[in-house]
Amino acid sequence: MDIALFEHHSEFEWEIAPQGAMRVPGVIYASESLIRTMDHKVYEQVCNVAMLPGIIKASYAMPDAHWGYGFPIGGVAAFDPDEGGVVSAGGVGFDISCGVRCLHTGLMAEDILPVQKVLADNLYRKIPAGLGSTGAIRLDQEGMDAMLVGGAKWAVEQGYGTPADLDHIEEYGQMKHAKPGNVSERAKKRQRDEMGTLGSGNHYLEVQKVTRIFDARIARIFGIRENDVVVSIHCGSRGLGHQIGTEFLKQMAVAAPGYGIHLPDRELACAPIHSTVGEEYLGAMRAAINCALANRQILTHLVREAFEQIIPKARLPLMYDVSHNTCKVEEHVVDGKPRKLYVHRKGATRAFGPGHPDIPASLRAAGQPVLIGGSMGTASYILAGTGEGESRSFGSACHGAGRAMSRHQAYKTWKGREVIDELATRGILIRSPSSRGVAEEAPGAYKNVDVVVDAADSAGLARKVARLEPLVCIKG
Amino acid sequence: MNRKRWEHFSHEADMGVRGLGNTKEEAFEQAALAMTAVITNPEAIAPNEEIEILCEAPDDELLLVDWLNALVYEMATRKLLFSRVEVHLDGHRLKARAWGEPMNRAKHQPTVEIKGATYTSLKVEKDAMGEWLAQCVVDV
Repeated sequence: MDIALFEHHSEFEWEIAPQGAMRVPGVIYASESLIRTMDHKVYEQVCNVAMLPGIIKASYAMPDAHWGYGFPIGGVAAFDPDEGGVVSAGGVGFDISCGVRCLHTGLMAEDILPVQKVLADNLYRKIPAGLGSTGAIRLDQEGMDAMLVGGAKWAVEQGYGTPADLDHIEEYGQMKHAKPGNVSERAKKRQRDEMGTLGSGNHYLEVQKVTRIFDARIARIFGIRENDVVVSIHCGSRGLGHQIGTEFLKQMAVAAPGYGIHLPDRELACAPIHSTVGEEYLGAMRAAINCALANRQILTHLVREAFEQIIPKARLPLMYDVSHNTCKVEEHVVDGKPRKLYVHRKGATRAFGPGHPDIPASLRAAGQPVLIGGSMGTASYILAGTGEGESRSFGSACHGAGRAMSRHQAYKTWKGREVIDELATRGILIRSPSSRGVAEEAPGAYKNVDVVVDAADSAGLARKVARLEPLVCIKG
Repeated sequence: MNRKRWEHFSHEADMGVRGLGNTKEEAFEQAALAMTAVITNPEAIAPNEEIEILCEAPDDELLLVDWLNALVYEMATRKLLFSRVEVHLDGHRLKARAWGEPMNRAKHQPTVEIKGATYTSLKVEKDAMGEWLAQCVVDV
């Protein structure tokens, strides 16, 4: 993008002054080099979001922002229901509550290396991954509704994991005010055999080693040291979330004119928070958040079983679980006054600072863990939320590296087998049912995650704590 | 002249599907094949099983998204892949038949699951030469 489009407030803050129908400014947090390489569509989408009714302060984009659906991926926007504020299905995305969770293993890299291959094979055998894979659980109507209300808490009650896990999940593992009755039969049917599945695309499960610690104090609170091995799981609410997204996108697009909402782009489909459609969506979306939390909890159980069969001494407590496609009601101070706002994060991670009451007591002094997924062959990061971030971006940071190249282009550029062989020479074992899927997710198709994370750190959105590199990647 | 064909176009994170043809129906049919081709080679799918799809929307563009999403739903719940489709349009009402076979991971090597068809780059239009185009980005 042309940097002349922005007012440059500080090295990492780029503001778009309100113009046309924009109600508030747009703000992109990024380095100059990231801004220059960002698609111009991000600019348009940040401006479009700024036009929505009831938006507060600004329409934000994180350093990993790229062209999304209505909202940019990496977009953050908060709405006040008392000022006509809206909730947007596009502002949450199709994969509701897609997120990342990170497990400790209590192991060091040297414990893994002798069994790396058998561990990779066992994880691949145990974790249903890729298109058409199914889980072992079949839910009847009653079970489905209980899962949609209970989230990870429901999963723990069914024997997947332990109550201690729940302390280390946003919302303590259960999103309140979920309404299974607002979830269509079609959405429930799509989920019937998908509980405990990883999905495909950019979803993955990785065994990673900590290669660098940036902040020793916070790392100690998070319980990580250099050379530790952790497991990261990236996936979401599966077919149920996708179907809810699809159905409400249409419902909101059709209903918007009736609410007097002019949509600059149909994909921004939204409804007033205080409206029938808005309230119905919120109830269904919260049920989908619970579905994602339950799904990651079941996968956690499968990972623990897979580890135990290979390394019986391994214990895998949950470090933290974050969701990066959500709309949540949060209290934020705006112009000195606390306000209850509906904060949309589309491809952005909640990043509350130290002392925030929503962070579990054992981690509260450090700030919320912010888990950033990289791509297969590159690094992932653990960051911590900051107090500054709470005033800069409603307590939000980036969520990943972001694509630099389309799937189409990646598929034409690489062959899956070559990517797998090349990564193997670097000690990274890939297991995937799809060779073309691996090519489309090749490390070179993504932006450099180091640069994205540095920008989030420098902008004050979150602080760098640790860098992780993969040893094993199960790719859906 | 036979203008029936499908294409993919680039979207930064996902994939665009485009169908072209002499009629709106043909463009809708080809868009469906373009979507199948995001997952696997359509020629590798035997058209053995038949299903029927009905949808209705306020305009052509929403109808295209509904049509593709109906196929996404059938793929997800029946575990089928489709290689042949026949679309009939009556205003903004669509009636279609789709033929395919159960997904076989060894045979079809499916790349990626489609989460949904989106309103991004969504267009249904006829150009000056009379060629119909139906396209949108699908989220994967």
